[in-house]
Amino acid sequence: MDWTAGLQGLVGGVLIGLSATWLMATLGRIAGISGIVGNLITQRPKGDSAWRVAFLLGLISGPLLLMALGGGLGNVAGSPGEVIGAPVGGIGLMLVAGLLVGVGTGLGSGCTSGHGVCGLARLAPRSMAATGMFLLTALVTVYISRHLLGLGGVQ
Amino acid sequence: MKTAAGYAAGLLFGIGLAVSGMTDPARVVGFLDVAGAWDPTLMFVLGGAVITTFVGYRLVFKRTAPLLGGVFQLPTKRELDAKLLGGAALFGIGWGLSGYCPGPAIASIGGLSLPLLAMLVTMVLGWFFARRFAAKRLA
Repeated sequence: MDWTAGLQGLVGGVLIGLSATWLMATLGRIAGISGIVGNLITQRPKGDSAWRVAFLLGLISGPLLLMALGGGLGNVAGSPGEVIGAPVGGIGLMLVAGLLVGVGTGLGSGCTSGHGVCGLARLAPRSMAATGMFLLTALVTVYISRHLLGLGGVQ
Repeated sequence: MKTAAGYAAGLLFGIGLAVSGMTDPARVVGFLDVAGAWDPTLMFVLGGAVITTFVGYRLVFKRTAPLLGGVFQLPTKRELDAKLLGGAALFGIGWGLSGYCPGPAIASIGGLSLPLLAMLVTMVLGWFFARRFAAKRLA
C-alpha cells in the first residue's frame, strides 16, 4: 500500500469536504458538480448564475494553481507530483463514457460529489441508494472491461 | 460577495481533487479494479471528504440561514425512483469506462487532451438530453 498516496488522498478529501462545508455555510448550496455546472450550461441565465460561473472558474484554476506552484503536490499514480493524469481510453471510448456520465448524472440528479460526498454526509437515503448503485455498476464495468474484454491493459 | 464565495469554493474543490488523485483516471480505475492491483487511494479521498462534510454540515446547520443570505437549499425528494437508480447506474458505467466523474473531468481542462475534450462534449450533450427527457416526462 502506497501510504504517501493515501495521505494525499486524505488531505485532498478533507479539502473537498471543507469546500462543500464552505459552500453550504456561505450560499446554502450543495457542492454537486453535475448540478452546479450542468444547470449553468443547460438553463437560461438566472439570478444565481454568477456564483456558478465563479465556482466553475475556481474548479478549473485549482489544479492550474498547483501546477504553477510546482512542489509535487499532485497525486498521479504513474508519475507522482504530476497534477493531472492521462485519460485511460481513446476518443471513441471517451465519447461513449461522457454521454453515459452526462445522461446518468442528469437523470440521477447527482454525481460523486453531490450524492457521494454531500448526500452521504447528510445521510440522505436517495444519495445512499444512488452512490451504492453507481459504485456497483462502476465496479462491474471495470471488471468486465479489464478482465473479460482486456481493455485498458489487464494488471 | 456571493461570487467571491463561489470562486473560493470552486478553487478549494479543484485543489482538493488534484491533491487527492481524483484528477488521475488511472487512480480512479485502479480503485474500481478490485480484482486487479487494487489502489485504495480513493477510499481515503471519499472517507476524508464525507467525514469532513458530515462534521462541517452539523456546525453549519446550527445557524438558521447561510452567512450571505437566502436559505439552505436542500433536496426535498424522498422516493427511490427508476430515474434516480437508472441514472446512477448509467453514470457508474461511464465512470468505470473513463475514470472521470464530472468534477475531475472539468477540473482537468488545464491538461486538456483530445480524449478528455471528447468526453466533455458528450457529457454536456448528455446533460441537455437528460433535461429534455425529464421535461418531456413531466409534460
